[in-house]
This record gives sequence, structure tokens and C-alpha cells, in this order.
Amino acid sequence: MPDLLIELFSEEIPARMQSRASADLKRLVTDGLVDAGLTYASAGAFSTPRRLALSVDGLLAESPTVREERKGPRTDAPEKALEGFLRATGLTKDKLEARDDKKGQVWFAAVEKPGRPAAEIVAEVLETAIRNFPWPKSMRWGSGNLKWVRPLHSILCILSNEAGADVVPLEIDGIKAGDTTEGHRFMGKGRFAVSSFEDYEKKLKAANVILSAEERADHIWAEATNQAFALGLEVVEDSALLAEVAGLVEWPVVLMGEIAEDFLDLPPEVLQTSMREHQKFFSVKDPKSEKIVRFVTVANRETADHGTTILAGNQKVLSARLSDAKFFWENDLRVAKSKAGMATWTDALENVTFHNLLGTQAERIKRIAALAREIAPFVAADPKLAEKAAYVAKADLSSEMVYEFPELQGLMGRYYAAAAGLSEAVANACEAHYSPLGPSDDVPTEPVSVAVALADKLDTLTGFWAIDEKPTGSKDPFALRRAALGVIRLILENNVRLSCDRFFDSQLLRHEIAKDRMNGSKSAVLLNDMLGEIAEHGVFGAAARAVLDKLEGDAPEEVLLMETQLPDRSINLLAFFHDRLKVFLRDKGVRHDVIDACLAMPGNDDLSLLVKRAEALSDFLKTDDGENLLQGFKRANNILSQAEEKDGVEYSYGADAKFAESGEEKALFAALETAEKDIAPAIKAEDFAGAMHVMAALRGPIDAFFEAVQVNAESEIVRRNRLNLLYQIRSICMSVADLTKVEG
Amino acid sequence: MTSVKKTPRSFQEIILRLQAYWAEKGCAVLQPYDMEVGAGTFHPATTLRSLGTAPWAAAYVQPSRRPTDGRYGENPNRLQHYYQYQVLIKPSPPDLQVLYLGSLEAIGVDMDLHDIRFVEDDWESPTLGAWGLGWEVWCDGMEVSQFTYFQQVGGYDCKPVSGELTYGLERLAMYILGVDHVMDMPFNAPDAPIPLTYGDVFRQTEEEYSRFNFDIANTEVLLRQFEEAEAECEAILAATHDDPKTGKRIVMAHPAYDQCIKASHMFNLLDARGVISVTERQAYIGRVRVLAKKCADAFVQTDAGGYTA
Repeated sequence: MPDLLIELFSEEIPARMQSRASADLKRLVTDGLVDAGLTYASAGAFSTPRRLALSVDGLLAESPTVREERKGPRTDAPEKALEGFLRATGLTKDKLEARDDKKGQVWFAAVEKPGRPAAEIVAEVLETAIRNFPWPKSMRWGSGNLKWVRPLHSILCILSNEAGADVVPLEIDGIKAGDTTEGHRFMGKGRFAVSSFEDYEKKLKAANVILSAEERADHIWAEATNQAFALGLEVVEDSALLAEVAGLVEWPVVLMGEIAEDFLDLPPEVLQTSMREHQKFFSVKDPKSEKIVRFVTVANRETADHGTTILAGNQKVLSARLSDAKFFWENDLRVAKSKAGMATWTDALENVTFHNLLGTQAERIKRIAALAREIAPFVAADPKLAEKAAYVAKADLSSEMVYEFPELQGLMGRYYAAAAGLSEAVANACEAHYSPLGPSDDVPTEPVSVAVALADKLDTLTGFWAIDEKPTGSKDPFALRRAALGVIRLILENNVRLSCDRFFDSQLLRHEIAKDRMNGSKSAVLLNDMLGEIAEHGVFGAAARAVLDKLEGDAPEEVLLMETQLPDRSINLLAFFHDRLKVFLRDKGVRHDVIDACLAMPGNDDLSLLVKRAEALSDFLKTDDGENLLQGFKRANNILSQAEEKDGVEYSYGADAKFAESGEEKALFAALETAEKDIAPAIKAEDFAGAMHVMAALRGPIDAFFEAVQVNAESEIVRRNRLNLLYQIRSICMSVADLTKVEG
Repeated sequence: MTSVKKTPRSFQEIILRLQAYWAEKGCAVLQPYDMEVGAGTFHPATTLRSLGTAPWAAAYVQPSRRPTDGRYGENPNRLQHYYQYQVLIKPSPPDLQVLYLGSLEAIGVDMDLHDIRFVEDDWESPTLGAWGLGWEVWCDGMEVSQFTYFQQVGGYDCKPVSGELTYGLERLAMYILGVDHVMDMPFNAPDAPIPLTYGDVFRQTEEEYSRFNFDIANTEVLLRQFEEAEAECEAILAATHDDPKTGKRIVMAHPAYDQCIKASHMFNLLDARGVISVTERQAYIGRVRVLAKKCADAFVQTDAGGYTA
């Protein structure tokens, strides 16, 4: 059984695309081979900056012969039909067989598709793979039309066995496949031929190329940590950087350099970011002081001077970079410590547009500060402090350091706020209010940070809702799903109790006021009145009515328009939150029908309450009591619903115990009375499990009732009373969640 | 290698060696374009000549201006006026990387001692409606050149593809000459009868232009000139292709493109004056791009652009 070796040799492939590309090559080729009937034992894919390689072991030498039977025309069909069938199958009439079919006698042909040699199939499959390769970005070069990530120079494609290796005949846009490749760009010595994968890997290594990215990464890491260890230092782990660097070199040589004394007082994050982003350096820290004191760079070659020139060059570039960073840091500190302090930067944000329909960053900050102040009491934060923190939280966007390194936003804010003498809570909020960014990020817990983080995200969400830029399908350019998940996690993980509605309303209104002012109309005053009313009444509807009442029907058109539009947006945004929450809870093992059952209950804009309810119901349904509750409820509800539908009435008049006939019926009345007494306080205390436990206990009396009593009694009075009794069961059982929505 | 001479000793020697190298490799060594541009790419020898099918090979120094980078001559490597060395070859030869590495050797980079790397860097010029894929080239961690395979210019697919090399001359020379501050770099030979440093030549102009660019340039005038250049560009392109005087078909792509360059420079000056808001910025860039596209449309209507009647 032959082995297949493929190498696609090109100019430098971007590091970030290499591992995906080698996996794609493996998938495209092996899938193609298997589809053509060539099975194989194992396959491995590799990448370096200049090559993608694939090794397939134990390939079939040729695809198996396939026999298939094909059905032709009936034996009594016109001659023309038979001729066509013979042409299609390439057979003569004597090779056909006449057999009985449902519709009479029919011609059958046994067609044999002969197997094809592996080389022929490999050539086809590889050409298709190359021409349809899923590069994130590809290009043309010279006068050709072929597309590849960078110019493709050579193709190595051989099938080998004990007898030797054969080149697979293949030519793509003038590039003829062969059995040769070349090694390292600078250390290698010309092209060489290979006869198998083992030979290839060995000769590459001799030509200063380590084929496996993993081996290169391991080598880099081992060498870097060894060198650091010898000096009593530690390399700061950075797996993304390690993978990237392993994709930038074919022959890694690890060099450790010093950071000049001048720069050691820069915040460690600044050193690290500058070194990583610009130079692809690893940071090396002193474990005692936690300070970054050295760097590790990875060269792509050995030199006669053992890397001295290379290291000196890198050190020089780093010094220039860090001089810039130090210059920014010192300038920024001067601003932060000045009399005006961080307000200088906040003011500068008046000239920075956040979004052309949502105004400047400064306007945005004012809105966030107002909302943070409103939210503060609900998260046990001091409203004034929360407002203050929101004012300075984004100030660092104007700083020189963040202009240079946008990824340091927030973190620099924390340093600068501390330098400006602001309280620790405010300084921390500068950094923490962006969190959580990803689903695995830590959620801030300090009250002021929580208030600002919530206000920031809610302002973004309501803003894009106000201008109708909601996420659709896979499109979410403003990362609004992430923002909503952030709000959900901030609320749940801090067990924050608040009704989202009123904050949606007030912030949507703030956006309207902002838009309005930009258009220069006078309705802003009225809308500001409404904002005050929301603070008092809690929801927009009541606030709008209060303001409109004062106007006695003399309201401007845009204010009236708002009264109809704003609640819709608010409801739509809540629904968006509920969708995100469903996804979030589904990942935690809560079924969607359980969530739906809880969403149907009042207060569903209090996300903590909603989740508490859903988790209680989800857990309860997994117990025997849960089954009891569900079965008892369903039995009562089914009969009641049928009757209600038939009679066209709702039996919510209340049942009277005096019409109870049997002992079981009386017992049910008594049980319901006790249950109601126990359930009400449990619900009030949000002890949903306790309440459902009481409901579950009703199953016995309910079952006994159905055993003993016919609901559809002859007496209409008795029948109605019994239906009213069932209604009572239903409403008791639905006091935690809408059980009609629960499946099973 | 035998071609490696001694390490160069001055800024101008590096430029002269690049000129000699690329001349030897068959490029037409052109002179700088006589207009203010932001980068060597704006030279019509690159922008316009990368369009159409006619083969092309040119190399030249291009003085470039980036008003916002002015630092009054004080920053060790930021300048509002600097030099780029530009090479454009169409179609891109298969050995362009090797040719490029040869040029580094020619200016004194010892390939056996340095670490040269091709690091992904895709190029895009929103004002020219152009993009390409390639790398920034690192020498011991420092970016010394930009290497790009043009894919689109002025909205046109480049067929064939041009290979473009851009060397930031000051930075590259400082590295080779081991100079820490650009103003200290020897411009001519240090043992010349009258040795001049880069600072002797440019410190004063950096100071003058920094002040002018940031504080003095009359924004109303700049704005008017932007609009005039824009209008003139359109007017030139609107003229009939048939010249009544000579009776020939003359499409005035280059005169129109001059106005596009002018508009682009006016925009850069306005930007340095800080009078363009973030939203307006996009609009101005869009207006220059429209001109660049129309110039590209015109160029492909000329002989050099591959027009056949």
C-alpha cells in the first residue's frame, strides 16, 4: 500500500492562517480520496511559514472496481429506447438480461466501473483542493490566474512504497509537481529530492526546517523557560503569542535580551503589550518583584555571532518603542495629576464621535453617568460615586497611551484615576466597567464598578435600539449580544434585583432627548419632564401620561410619536434579553419550556427573580414531587380546559364547599384552602421550591377526587362548582410558573 | 557574496546603491514626481502604471509628506517630510523576494548576521481605492520595507499583478548606519570637505513646516483649494477625448490625476490642522477616492493603460 506525500511551497504564509490551512488541506484531500474510493490508514498535516504538508499512510493503490446494476427499458419498448440504453451502458444486447419487473419484462444491465490508479485520483483531488482552497484572503501574482495566499512556487507530490517513489503527474497553471523542495530560506542549501515522508522530514531538519509547528512551539517554550530559569526569572505565559511565533519561523533560535533601566517603571501591562503587539516578544518577569525585567525574542536562524547582532537590533527597536511608551505615560500622568485632571480628557471626547446617529463620546458619557446614578441604589453603590466613576471611566480614550495601544483602554484609566487621586472604587471602575467581555470573563463585583458596567452596556443597547440597529442573523457589528450577555451576568452573578423596564425606558428616552437636541427642536424640555416622571412612577407609560396630562392635549407631534414608539422598543429589547437569557440558561441545563413557563409570569424584567424561578422549577421537575405537581395539574387542567372551550366561559367564579357531595370532594376543598394559606407566604418570600412542594402535595387529594367524583355531574350547579374547583387548582399550581408551557 | 561592498557611510550612499542595484536589475530609474504626495505609491509611475496590461519596471526616490507626523525636528525618527524608495514591477517576477533580499545586501545588510522576516501586512489605500497582500519586512525586529502584490487599484483588478516594494529610507539608513537620531545621520560622506548631516539639511525645514502645518496653514484656503482641485479634476476628465487642434484622441488621465494628488495633499494638511471631524474624515477620503477611480477609468482609456481602438 503506497504512502502519499504532498507539500505546497509558497512565499510566507501569515502565521495566523497556518494551522487552519494545514487542517483544511488534510480535510479536502482525504475527503476527496475517500469519495473516489481510496481509503487510507492515517494522515497528518503540517505547516511552516513557507509550506503546507500532508502525509497520508496506507493508501489503496487503486480504487476498487464498482459493479452496479442498471435498469433499462421494457423488452417490448421501441427499438430507439433500447439503443439509447446500450449507448449509455456501453454494452451489447447479448450482455443484457431480461427479468420480470412490476410493469412487465424489463432489460437489466450489469455495469462495471473499473478501479482507477491512486496517482490519477490524487492528481484530480489535489488540483481541486488547490483551486478551491478556503484561504481567509487569497491573491493572484504575476500574469497568472491561480489564487493562493501568497505566490505558490512548487508542488511536491509523490506516492511511495518499498520499491521507491513516483511523482504524481500534475500541473496547475504552469507549476509542475515534482519530488523536490527546499529548506530554510537563508540556512538551507538549494533544492533536494525526497522519497518518503520520513525522508522529507529528516532532510528538512538537515536543511534547518522543523516541520511540525508543535515541535517548534515546544522548542521555543522549553528554551525560553530554561534561559529564564537560569537567571531566576519566569517567562510570562502567552499561548497565543507562542503559536504565532512558531508560525513565523522555520528554525527557532531563542534569544533573551535586557530592558533598559529607564523603562522598568512603566506599568507591566504597558511593557508587555508594547513588546507583544509590536515586536512579538515574550515578557520575562522577576517572580519576587512581579516586574518585567527582560524579553525573549525568537529569531529564525543561527548566526556566526550567536545572535549578538540580531539581539542588539531587537533591543534597539524595543528601546525606541518603549521611549514612545514612556513619553506617553509621562505626558498622560502630567494631565491626570493636573488641576483639571481627567476632566481634560472627558472634555476632549466632545470632539470624538461615538456613532453618527448617537452623538459624541462625551454625550454618551453623560448619559451613562445619569443611568449609573439611577442604578446605584439597586447595587448598593453610592450614587454620587457611581456618577463620578462613569464620568471618568472612559476618559483614558483621550490619553496618548490608549491612542497608541487601544487594547490598554480601561487599564490605563485605572492607573490615571489613581494618579489623579480618585478613590479606589472609582479607579477600579475605570478598568472593570468594560467587563465581562467574553462569556468566561470575570464579572465585576465592586458596587461602583457594577453600576457603571451595567449603565455602560444598557446605554449601548438602548442606543442601538433607539436608532433601530439591532443584530440580525449572524450580523452583530456592535457586539450587542455580547453586551446583553454582560448585563445578564452582571445581574445574576451579583444577585442584583432590579426591574429592567424602567431603566430601558429612561435610557431610551435619554437617547430621544439627545437626538431631539441634535435636531434643534423644543420637545427636549418635555422629554426631560418625562425622565423625571419615570424616576417617580417607575415606568414610561405612567410618566408619559403624567406629562401629557399637564399639557392638556397640546403636545408636540414628536412627543406623541414617542409615546407610541418607545414602549415598543422597550418591549422588543426585553424580548432580546429574554432570548439571550434562554441561550445562557440552556447552557446551564435549563430546558427552554421551563424558561418559557417562567417568562409568562409577572415581573419577568427582574432577571434575578426570573432565573431564581426557572432554576427552582427546573430542579423541582427532576424530583418525584415535580412529577406529582405536573400530573396533578395536568389532570385538573385538561378537564377544565375542555369544559371551558365547550362552554365558552372561564370558570373563575370560585367554588363553594357547600355543594361538595363526597368526602373526597370535601377533602380537596380543605386541602386547597390549606395549600393557598401556605403558598402565598412562600411565593412572597420567593421560596418557589417550598411553594411547589405544597402544590405537589395536592396530587393525592386531586387523584382521590377524580377517582370518586364525576366532574360532569347531572346537576349543572354541581358540575359548575366542580369546574370552578378545578380552576382553583389551576390558579394555585400556576402561581410559580405557567405549567401549561411545560412539556411532558 | 562578491557584490557586498563595505558598509555604506552615508544616507546618500544608500540611495545611490539602491539606484544602481535596481538599474542593474533592469528597472527604469525614474525621478521623483514633482508634486506633494503622502507616499511613493501616489507617483503616477505606480498608481497609474499598475493598471492595464503593459509590462512596467520602475524604481525611484519619492519625497513624501505627512503633515501630521511633524515633530519640529525633535523626534528621533518622525518627520513630516521624508523619503521613500519605490520599486514597481509588472507583472511581478517569480523571484521578487530574492531580488528584494539582494537589494538589502547591496546596501550593506549582511544576510549571514541578520534575521530577515516577512510578516503579514496587507496594504490598503482608502484614498486610492487600492489594496494588495504582502508583508512588512523585518530586519532584527525592525520594519524596513513594505512588500505588496497589488490586487486592485482605482477599483480595477490588477491583471497582471504588480509587485511593489517600498523602503522607508531614513529608518532603514539609520539602522544600517547605526544612528539613533535621524538628524545626526550623515547625509554625505563624513570625510567630505563639507560633511553634512541629515539635520544640517532638514532640521530647519522640519521646524518651519511643523509650525506651518499645525498652526498657520490657512484652513479656508486649503478647503477652497481642495474643492478647486476636485472640480478641476472632474472638468479635465469631462473634456472630449478628441482634441480638435491636433485631431488626435487625447485622454488627459495624468493632468486629471495631478488634481487628485493635489486634493489628497490638501486633505492631509486639513487633517493636520485638526479641523476635520471623525465623520467628515470618511467623507473627504471618499471624495478623493472618487477622483482616483475616475482617473483610473481615464487611464485605461489611454495607450499606456492598454486601450486599443
